[in-house]
Amino acid sequence: MTFFVKYDFNTLCKTFLETHLNALGISYTLHSINEISIEEELSHEKQAALIDALKKCGVGIETDKKSTLVDRIKNVVDGMLRDSSQTSGTLSTYLSETLHYSYAHLSAVFSESTYTSIENYAILRRVDLVKEYLCNTDLTLTEIAFKLDYSSVAHLSGQFKKTTGLTPSAFKRIMNKKQTQNT
Amino acid sequence: MSTSLLNIALADDDDDDRMLFSEAIEEIAIQTKLMLFNHGQELMDYLTQPKIELPNLIFLDLNMPIKNGMQCLKEIRNNPVLKDLCVAIYSTSSSEVDIEETFLNGANIYVNKPNNYSKLREAIEKVLQLNWQYHTSNLNKDTFLFRI
Repeated sequence: MTFFVKYDFNTLCKTFLETHLNALGISYTLHSINEISIEEELSHEKQAALIDALKKCGVGIETDKKSTLVDRIKNVVDGMLRDSSQTSGTLSTYLSETLHYSYAHLSAVFSESTYTSIENYAILRRVDLVKEYLCNTDLTLTEIAFKLDYSSVAHLSGQFKKTTGLTPSAFKRIMNKKQTQNT
Repeated sequence: MSTSLLNIALADDDDDDRMLFSEAIEEIAIQTKLMLFNHGQELMDYLTQPKIELPNLIFLDLNMPIKNGMQCLKEIRNNPVLKDLCVAIYSTSSSEVDIEETFLNGANIYVNKPNNYSKLREAIEKVLQLNWQYHTSNLNKDTFLFRI
């Protein structure tokens, strides 16, 4: 018997962090899946236990300040793409309002450590979500375009083709073939 | 991450192509360390040695003597240690059948060998950026398919 498993990445990460923090009896606030505030001063043993527990699942603590900021930017972009109803205005204003840095600063830090611009990342990420919907749901392109706030199906298809070099239907055909091949 | 080197391997039997590729990759802002292999068997011999530093990204030419790119790709995907490596096919063929077959066998990126130097540089840069993003972001690696 073969199962296909789908993941809701956000819920998965949140539950994962909550489980581990609760297990160690740590009081915390979860700001996002990448940012946790811990209210107490952690003992060395507890800190080591937490790092160890997370490490076993391939999760590490980010120590470099610049990459932390980059991750926070990516988080905000991801959140905005997943739920465009909560945010208004452009990506740049939203980012600088949420993270309290000028967009110029955010943009410079981002490009310096990722070799790409925030805009390019947002496009890549949005296309990645299109791919996710194409593979894991029965949504039509029109529905996906609406969900991800594309102005039209043509715009979605155009961006998809430009970014991946494949049309959405060619991509879906290849992924379907790959799935049947693997079973 | 910005300080670390990106390890790249290229397997291509054509001397000129290997030279152009090395020159182009030197000019790109992303810091890389390039390893060159003359054909597929040489690459596979290297990859299957114990305790080596695996490349972050492999460029494979399709038509090579001794062992071609498609055979390498299949061996990489069937090897538990190597199966998650990012593989970019680097070929002159633009036949849809070839392209689809490489994707079905697990290629992540298909690059048509560009016919001039500046296009080559652009293409390599795009591949490296994509690979970097997949390396550092929460993008879904199962749907990592691009044609450049």
